[in-house]
Amino acid sequence: MSERVFILAPGPHVGTGDSVARVMWRVNIALLPALAWGVWSFGPAALALTAACVASCMAVEALVELLFGRAITVRDGSAVVTGLLLAFNLPPGAPLWFAPVGALVAIAVAKLAFGGLGFNIFNPALAARAFLMASYPARMTSWRPYGAWDAVSAATPLGILKERLDLPLPSYADLFLGRVGGCIGETSALLLLAGAVLLLAGRDITWHTPASFLGALAGMSLLVGADPLLAVLAGGAVLGAFYMATDMVTAPLSGGGRLVFGAGCGIITAVIRRWGGYPEGVCYSILLMNAFTPLIDRCTQPRRFGSRRGRG
Amino acid sequence: MRLKTFRGGVHPPDCKDRTRDLPIRRAALPARVIIPLGGGGKARLRPLVEPGRRVLTGEKIAEGEGARAVPVHASISGAVSLIGETPVPYGGTAPAVEIEGDGRDEKAWEGTGIPDPVRAAPSEIIARIREAGIVGLGGAEFPAHVKLSPPPGRTIGHVIINGAECEPYLTADDRLMRERPGDVVAGARLLMRATGAARATVGIESNKREAREAVAAAARAFPEIEAVLVEVKYPQGAEKQLIRALLGREVPSGGLPADVGVVVQNAGTAVAVWEACALGKPLYERVVTVSGPSVREPANLLVRIGTTFADLLAQCGGLAPDAALLIMGGPMMGIAQWTAEVPVVKGTSGIIALPSRGIPAERPCIRCGLCLTVCPMGLSPSLIRRAAERGAWEIAERYGVLDCMECGACAYVCTTSRGQVQHYKRAKMEIGKRGKR
Repeated sequence: MSERVFILAPGPHVGTGDSVARVMWRVNIALLPALAWGVWSFGPAALALTAACVASCMAVEALVELLFGRAITVRDGSAVVTGLLLAFNLPPGAPLWFAPVGALVAIAVAKLAFGGLGFNIFNPALAARAFLMASYPARMTSWRPYGAWDAVSAATPLGILKERLDLPLPSYADLFLGRVGGCIGETSALLLLAGAVLLLAGRDITWHTPASFLGALAGMSLLVGADPLLAVLAGGAVLGAFYMATDMVTAPLSGGGRLVFGAGCGIITAVIRRWGGYPEGVCYSILLMNAFTPLIDRCTQPRRFGSRRGRG
Repeated sequence: MRLKTFRGGVHPPDCKDRTRDLPIRRAALPARVIIPLGGGGKARLRPLVEPGRRVLTGEKIAEGEGARAVPVHASISGAVSLIGETPVPYGGTAPAVEIEGDGRDEKAWEGTGIPDPVRAAPSEIIARIREAGIVGLGGAEFPAHVKLSPPPGRTIGHVIINGAECEPYLTADDRLMRERPGDVVAGARLLMRATGAARATVGIESNKREAREAVAAAARAFPEIEAVLVEVKYPQGAEKQLIRALLGREVPSGGLPADVGVVVQNAGTAVAVWEACALGKPLYERVVTVSGPSVREPANLLVRIGTTFADLLAQCGGLAPDAALLIMGGPMMGIAQWTAEVPVVKGTSGIIALPSRGIPAERPCIRCGLCLTVCPMGLSPSLIRRAAERGAWEIAERYGVLDCMECGACAYVCTTSRGQVQHYKRAKMEIGKRGKR
């Protein structure tokens, strides 16, 4: 036994065994119910577009990393998350070539140019959506009604409100279940919540961001004279509040910070919807708040043990 | 009723089942002991013996200058064979006295106790504790007499006996409290006498209910002493966290337990205090849990200081072939050893052997925020790590790295790094360097 030599390592010598890849794959699994609903609602074209987005994101990540001689990180699942979320934020009838263009913006520009996973300031999928929205506004706002597997133009609930169209608004039940038009992954609040329960249970997200996001959105909508329940259920609020404002890398660290972040997102969303040029404001509100994340982090540190305040 | 606890913390599996019901067994009297005269950042001691000198069990063999120096004693009778550098379990090497035993275990201290120690003068108790070489047996080895002499202007109202034993695998304190609860209580009474404290509380995690029952029964005659269950959560046994849990008081940042009128001593330390005062027995043996998945026959052993880990492992059926990590202490804060030829020291609460868990790539922080929720000191480990990674020491300091006690709760939950504690150690060192300039 005396010749035996052991490994020197810093403590702790045990751990939970959780990894970045496991976190990301749990997020991917949580997104599957909403994806299934998107395909059910909008047909095989939605599935093809989603597959194209995921494949493009993985390909761009691998290619850029290969080009710069970096370790290939595709297997950690984060590019898949970005691909899924990118697709979830596109109208079902968007052309397939949106996928590689969006992936280039999301992965090459918003993620890898900033240093890769952990260093990006803006949510990659939303950065891509914002880019596509600015570049191809018409294609990004041509919708299909729920259940239409072929190209039929229709208005979304938020579009009806924005343009003051003389069309019937869907019922709350239709909005909650997702029997409405919209982006591929945003329509069914129910199925998005089902996935979110998994993430909450696994401590991959905390309640702070979605609660304050949707709470502030409802409150602010009420203030500006809109229907608060409709504001929460229509458009991308539920998708944004549970899956994009909760993006670990680009949102604040502490519970307090996440409350501030979510509240900012909710308020800005309501303001854009009411006074902005677009019917929907979730994407821009989150991107705007992403820019404030470092500041929020600094101002919302937990209370330190043995002190009155947490601020350093 | 909800158990008392602190904010933050983690719940690693306690892994105590293999040893919790094994009574403390006296380890074989070692043929040879190695007793370090320093290491682990402690003051070097001056040897009082030279090679060839015969020593008795419990005879003082080295002492040091300064208020914090604590003497060490021979743990077997025999002859000093060597004084030289040897690997020590704190890491690195230190000078040490090696004693070849004569197998007779002739004791130098018998009959030297104080007749009625509970009525002895506080100063005499404290002097005895120091002379007996007593340090904190929980692992940190902080000199016991220093804690008992609070800085001017501070009075101690409450003694806390730390029986939390929150590290996985360790059951040494659990067994001690179950088998010798009377001595734990007697030690607590001496500590109260020494500090003038009116009350004592023994804090025990709720996975050791038998220990609490035993201590509570032993303390029945002393209404000022109680045994309280606290939540099973790491690091419940950290001094500040245990005070917070039991008394609701927070030691101020950068402060000492004395700042809130408290002294904390480990349960094993309390027993050693009793033995030193009542029997005159110096601290030359302690209870050590030898466990872990790679130890064939785990045990709770009463071990002479200076016995090598290898010697004890051999008495526990040896190591399984998969043993890759050998830890002194628990798996959370314990120190990894490269060799089993290191001696048991006063702070050796456990010897844990684990299989390798591979060497994963360190990844950049993904800012999941879990470390903030588990940090028992309310810090933002993620931000400190980022600052330390780019050498921004002032920022690390502003984020409170100096309050970090290196418990490793953050690294336990982290999905991207196991090396967080290294960053904090480094940041503290760099900040310290600047302060001295």
